[in-house]
Amino acid sequence: MSVDNLHVHFKTAAGVVRAVEGLSFTVNRGEVVAVVGESGSGKSVTALAVMRLLPKRSAVVPQGRITFDGRNLLELSDEEMRQRRGRDISMIFQEPMTSLNPILPIGLQITEPLQIHLGMSDEQTKARAVELLRLVGIPDAERRLTQYPHQFSGGMRQRVMIAIGLACNPKLIIADEPTTALDVTIQAQILELMKDLSRRLNIALILITHNLGIVARYADRVIVMYAGRQAEQGAADAVFHRPRHPYTMGLLRSVPRLDRPRGVKLETIEGLPPNLATAPPGCRFAPRCPYRLPACDQDPPLIPTDTGGLSACIRAAEIASGAINWTSGMVAGSADAVAKDRAPLLAVRDLRKFFPVRTGLGGSKAVVRAVDGVSFDIYPGETLGLVGESGCGKTTVGRLILRLDEPTSGAIHFEGKDLLAASAGELKTLRRKIQVIFQDPYSSLNPRMTVGQIVAEPLHVHGIVADAGKRKARVAELISQVGLRPELAERYPHQLSGGQRQRVGIARALGMEPSFIVCDEAVSALDVSIQGQIINLLEDLQRAFGLAYLFIAHDLAIVRHISMRVVVMYLGHVMEIADRDTLYREPLHPYTKLLLDAAPIPDPTVEKARAPRLIQGELPSALAPPAGCVFHTRCPLASDECKAAVPPLREIRPKHFAACIKV
Amino acid sequence: MFRYVIQRLLLAIPTLIGVAVVSFFLLRVVPGDVVEVKLRGDGGNVSQETIEMERKRMGLDKPLMAQFGDWMIGLATLDLGKSMWTDRPVIEEIAIRLELSLQVAIMASLVAVIIAIPLGTLAALMRGTWVDYVVRLITIAGLSMPSFWLGMLIMLTLLGLFNWLPPITFTPFYVDPKANFTQLIWPAMAVGYRYSAVTARMVRSQLLEVMNEDYIRTARAKGVYEKLVITRHALRNALLPAITVLGLEFAFLIGGLVVTEQVFNLNGIGKLFVQSISRNDFTLIQGMVMMISGFYIIVNLAIDMLYAVFDPRIRYR
Repeated sequence: MSVDNLHVHFKTAAGVVRAVEGLSFTVNRGEVVAVVGESGSGKSVTALAVMRLLPKRSAVVPQGRITFDGRNLLELSDEEMRQRRGRDISMIFQEPMTSLNPILPIGLQITEPLQIHLGMSDEQTKARAVELLRLVGIPDAERRLTQYPHQFSGGMRQRVMIAIGLACNPKLIIADEPTTALDVTIQAQILELMKDLSRRLNIALILITHNLGIVARYADRVIVMYAGRQAEQGAADAVFHRPRHPYTMGLLRSVPRLDRPRGVKLETIEGLPPNLATAPPGCRFAPRCPYRLPACDQDPPLIPTDTGGLSACIRAAEIASGAINWTSGMVAGSADAVAKDRAPLLAVRDLRKFFPVRTGLGGSKAVVRAVDGVSFDIYPGETLGLVGESGCGKTTVGRLILRLDEPTSGAIHFEGKDLLAASAGELKTLRRKIQVIFQDPYSSLNPRMTVGQIVAEPLHVHGIVADAGKRKARVAELISQVGLRPELAERYPHQLSGGQRQRVGIARALGMEPSFIVCDEAVSALDVSIQGQIINLLEDLQRAFGLAYLFIAHDLAIVRHISMRVVVMYLGHVMEIADRDTLYREPLHPYTKLLLDAAPIPDPTVEKARAPRLIQGELPSALAPPAGCVFHTRCPLASDECKAAVPPLREIRPKHFAACIKV
Repeated sequence: MFRYVIQRLLLAIPTLIGVAVVSFFLLRVVPGDVVEVKLRGDGGNVSQETIEMERKRMGLDKPLMAQFGDWMIGLATLDLGKSMWTDRPVIEEIAIRLELSLQVAIMASLVAVIIAIPLGTLAALMRGTWVDYVVRLITIAGLSMPSFWLGMLIMLTLLGLFNWLPPITFTPFYVDPKANFTQLIWPAMAVGYRYSAVTARMVRSQLLEVMNEDYIRTARAKGVYEKLVITRHALRNALLPAITVLGLEFAFLIGGLVVTEQVFNLNGIGKLFVQSISRNDFTLIQGMVMMISGFYIIVNLAIDMLYAVFDPRIRYR
């Protein structure tokens, strides 16, 4: 398949949004081509344009050719295109939870394209469906065919989606962020499966993602998109090791990496992507580019690079010759040790939270053991990372510390005071010192309040700054402390970008002059280049105000970057606690080891050198956790002893705790 | 599933007791009683003794709590008592009318479904075109036009064009299906039209929402025929909420067609309701309130059961 000079426009109330401008690339059979870019870069729009599934009422393709098997897809009639969809070209979507029809059995959804495109009989389609489910690794295939999507986990549903995509032996599969909604361990399983199948069945695979680690591990060639245009394309090795566009260089540097010594500060790309409805001509990246020239006001041509790829930077040759080099602020990891001889700021002991679940009316009661015996300390000025897959109880721990939920048992001491025994009045004063930054910067700000009002509200409620005039000054000060321009105080949240909103959330928390902030997935909704900006801000504020953070996240690399010590959780239990460097260098617990293996590193050479050991199986239900060690069902070292008793968290080396009897 | 139905039916008992208490005492707040209306209503000169005697015969002289007790005991044995006006058992009085009301309700619901689903679907699929605007016009007219007025229009048309008037007496379906049908189709259409307007708007908005779902995009990406995308993938999901509207509206139709019954000269539950209220026929009113409440409960249960049939995610234990 080849795409030539593709343009896609969306008609909106704000004008014509040029979502894709002049994109060209080719994909061959058996090849994996990755399209990388941040949100709004036009990568999903490209995929939908190839499938001709763009919304008819707003999207237009004013220019371009999409050639597939010698025919221009854009010129086919709707019926001709329908015949190709599902048979020659399949697509796998981002959200496995909503991409399957909830009221139709899986079997029907898999056999549908077989009947429609290949005219198979019922027996033939059933046999093929069973074969497909086995191919994608779903056991007990025959029984599963009669089941409905809600009876499958997210990872299993994505396997079903892949089975549907493979049904008619297509020549091309487009996978749009196929694993973004899944956990790291499941992500690795799904992507290994897809790569293996595309090689074996000689299918061309277009992998759309924002995750550079995935690109490095699975792609043969890479297309980097920025603001609707391609910045660069080329072989994966070349793009990662010898990028020839400043945007690619910046992107690669702003991702925290598991395999590199931790820099003091993350490098970031300053500024924001342009608004595609109003952007002036010229290089889209120029306003954020440190090497821009006056000539960048002209639309840049795609020029061949020395590495055999293409770059949309007029200075690509200078980059190649080494005349331009990203100023590296990378300083080898300093051990910003925190004095541990001081008393802990927050001490959590044997914390448990069980959620009772009633099954049906008057039915039997079951208990979800969301948090089951968690203990740790956080010292003043320290960042403690809390990592784990979804459902491991990390967010519940955060909510318990904030006392948004009442723990079932256990103790939480903050500055030596018992948080659980505190009276309403004491709690109010304590709450000032414990603040929170939420994951979703879109829904955690009241849409009807201005930024100024949002930041001022807690100051007013807690009577910190009673005088209205002084409050206004304080709000302005807070807003500038988080790196926003003071005039933004008059704006409403919907007028801000994701990163700006997250800064507003931070300003609101800072206003209380806290000593401790719970950051619950505070950067996971943000794009890579914005993520780095927010993390640097959090670190600057920590140094300036001596804040302690509990940094809850699922991204191992980010946790490594920001944390001083790390707690690994699995199914409500703590698996391992250690200093950051120790944990990442010499993990003890088998779960931690496998988790680190499953996380892809944005470097093709490193990725090819290591053979990933996959965690097999799925996360067990928290309603019926395995007896003994909760990880034994997926652990490569598990023996009968592991099923007998819950392993205690032992100090195996100084300050390095693990809950495993095998280490 | 069976256990769940039993549970739901058992839970209906306290609800019905509540209804019984409220309807009994609310009626007693109204001044006057059936005996006065019956004996003195037409200005006749009846002695106080006769009235007292009649009251005694009906048990209206007993203390309020005793009357309530009698009625509740009757309810527990499924005996709704006798009408205070006609002396015939309440059950019998209701039963004669229920056949007609039930049939009108069923026919009106069918009319509504037949109009609403195609119209709503068409409007959603052709959103923003003239078809959509025409459908919206039709549904807004249906919502704003009282069904008795539409009924009168239908009657006048029938009279003017065919010189046809509805018969005074009701012919049951099993006696003469054709006569029965020609009598009831007009009120069913008048009511069904209004009721289809609500449902069509619901179908339209639900279908528009469902057409934006990810699984519709998946179906299209599989190369499924557009027709099949709509019937198999979209409509089945979009019609689920419409079941609720249809069911509740159906339960309402049983007792709620007071004016329409008047216009079409039908002797249904609605008419009986008005009559018994103007006669202060306490036992009959109470009986009808109980019947309609029971009906609502059963229809609600039926809706929930239908959901479980159509939506595999819902399972009752």
